[in-house]
Amino acid sequence: MARKKSKKQSGALDKNFRHPHTETMLQLSSNSEELAATLVDLRRGDSATLAAIDLPGEDARRLMELGFLPGTEITAGRSAPGGDPRVFQVDGSEIALRRETARRLKVHRSSRKS
Amino acid sequence: MSECNGCPAAPVLEFPGHKGAVPPARVAVIGPPNSGKTTLFNRLTGLRQKVANFPGVTVEQHTGVAQLPDGRAAWVIDLPGVYGLSPRSEDEQIAHDVLTGQQGDTPQPQAVLLVLDATNLGRHLMLAAPILALGLPTLVILNMADDLRKRRGHVDLKALAAQLGAPVALISARQGEGLDRVFDFLAGAMPKPTPVQLPVLQDIPKCRQWAGHVGNQAGYRAPLPPKWTRRLDSVLLHPVAGVLVFAAVVIAVFQTIFNYVTPLMDGVKWLFQISGDWVAAVLPESLFRSLLIDGVWHGVGSVIVFLPQVLMLFLFIGILEDSGYLARAALIADRTMAKVGLQGKSFIPLLSAYACAVPAIMSTRTIENKRDRIATILIAPFMTCSARFPVYTLIVLAFVPNLPVLPFLSPKVLSTQTVAMIGLYALGFVMAVITARLLKSSILKSGRTPFLLEMPSYRWPTLQSLGLRLLDRSVVFLRRAGTVILLVTVVLWVAAHVPFSHGKPPALENSLAGTVGRTIEPAIKPLGFNWKIGIGLITSFAARETIIATLGAIYGMDKADEKNPDLQKAIHRDLTAGGAVALLIFFAFAMQCISTIAVVRRETAGWKWPLVQFTYMSVVAYVGAFLAFHIIG
Repeated sequence: MARKKSKKQSGALDKNFRHPHTETMLQLSSNSEELAATLVDLRRGDSATLAAIDLPGEDARRLMELGFLPGTEITAGRSAPGGDPRVFQVDGSEIALRRETARRLKVHRSSRKS
Repeated sequence: MSECNGCPAAPVLEFPGHKGAVPPARVAVIGPPNSGKTTLFNRLTGLRQKVANFPGVTVEQHTGVAQLPDGRAAWVIDLPGVYGLSPRSEDEQIAHDVLTGQQGDTPQPQAVLLVLDATNLGRHLMLAAPILALGLPTLVILNMADDLRKRRGHVDLKALAAQLGAPVALISARQGEGLDRVFDFLAGAMPKPTPVQLPVLQDIPKCRQWAGHVGNQAGYRAPLPPKWTRRLDSVLLHPVAGVLVFAAVVIAVFQTIFNYVTPLMDGVKWLFQISGDWVAAVLPESLFRSLLIDGVWHGVGSVIVFLPQVLMLFLFIGILEDSGYLARAALIADRTMAKVGLQGKSFIPLLSAYACAVPAIMSTRTIENKRDRIATILIAPFMTCSARFPVYTLIVLAFVPNLPVLPFLSPKVLSTQTVAMIGLYALGFVMAVITARLLKSSILKSGRTPFLLEMPSYRWPTLQSLGLRLLDRSVVFLRRAGTVILLVTVVLWVAAHVPFSHGKPPALENSLAGTVGRTIEPAIKPLGFNWKIGIGLITSFAARETIIATLGAIYGMDKADEKNPDLQKAIHRDLTAGGAVALLIFFAFAMQCISTIAVVRRETAGWKWPLVQFTYMSVVAYVGAFLAFHIIG
């Protein structure tokens, strides 16, 4: 029951958040760096290149062992109901990350499937 | 531990002294999680350690003997999966310590079988760097050759061997393909690897670059993405369809158990009845006959009749685990876990606790955070284990009529019995979640660790693996019935026949067993239980399903009952509806399992946590049963 409620919430949050944010990014696209983007900003089917991991050494190391290395292309996949956690395709595997972790992974936008 | 319902006896093997002139070689199997190490280990040794399609199934070392073609033998040590050689969790620590010779009871292996997933070589080759750096003779095994072929990947083995300075074998442990290469290596001279340029091990980006380079040099073509996994996930992880599919599957399982497996159970019951009658007719009237009929036939027999249902449950669990769905279930449940402050990794042990809490508690070793791990250990016994299942089934069959839930749906599709059963399963889960919430907001607060879960590709569960699972389960179930439960029943029978007076056993009520039951009656009367149920409660602390054997034996011995008592009808006489619900709630919450207490003591290295847990669960069970009895009446 509780899940249902939060699902609605985060769905709405995502929608409100997404469009203006994406537009800003498009405007900024003349700049070479778009540091504002993180994995959380990717929607299903979006790809991006990992720029940096903003997590303590041990945690960053585990992520890197699983393929989350700077310069690697990451594609957002399906998620649990409510959008959290989400599966990311990275380096030949599918790894699920919670939103709180995905937020710490900074990316450069690379391509976007329609 | 080996007597537990959920874990088939694992052979405990010691390294023997030097029997022959040359002691057998010790070879460790290592590799990333879910790369198929245990499948290979089972192939090599003929053992049946548990395998499933999700990371973190193996959490301790297992040793077995591989018979080599030349007649010699080799010790094979199966290890938990690791991503690198810098351990973070307990299972990784074990793998690390065994490999480096720091595990006290296991001498350092003389050679290594490095198992990598051939369909994901780019990343998996990273582990080759630290393993080759150990300098031990190594065979690099690329597993899942069948998958690689099917998805049109390719790798040049000779070039890869040259790059790594170690022999390479492409196998499919699941299909048993390419195993000769592994046996040849074990039987051969096992040369040390030729030193090759390895990256700095601490520098993961460098290691990945090296792995990529090695793969390129070996002409590695990564296979196409697993099409069916994506397709299945688009349904099973769909916000609406996914939940519906899951609900439909759960309902189907319990419906099958009640509507289609119950006749099988009646068949087994009938077998016990006619064979019991036959034994009674053949043997002369004696105490021995009474022990045999009341203890074995009425007691142990009434537990064994649940075998078909328990197997059905395990078939379902087996399909979930082998297909790869379990990891998806963990993903879906993660939000709930996060709310109560636990990480998603806790969910996999909890799911496996549906079979048995003992292996579930051991598999918490994959949880890096100590406090999260203890919290998971403390809540795992609330999950409905397969020992509760026969008890639930008995009471549900006795008290819940088989009626349609919705007027337009046939009870063959959704019956009240199924709903009652699902409700009981949900009850245990809800209590686990509430307890986790309490623990994580008080004594076991901790910082968050990132949740990372690798989603395995879906695989067809093989008939062979499902068949072996069911066979192992049957053996475990019957062995338990033939040892713990039989022993308790015999003790009970003796207690029901003393003190002897005038050469005759006393009436059940005045026997030792009856006296014990009547002594505790005041304590359980508020829960709606009489002294007969009380005796069952006491014995159920040895193992939950013993209560069925106990009640079967008691009703068999009680002269007030008819000659061939039907357990369901007899229970109906002794319990009101409120009492039945109270009994179900008591069983849902109480920690009536010696194996679980022992494993919690071992895994937490002390008596503190098992005592806390036992007390807490007993109080919850008593209060819950009390409330249920008084509310329902």
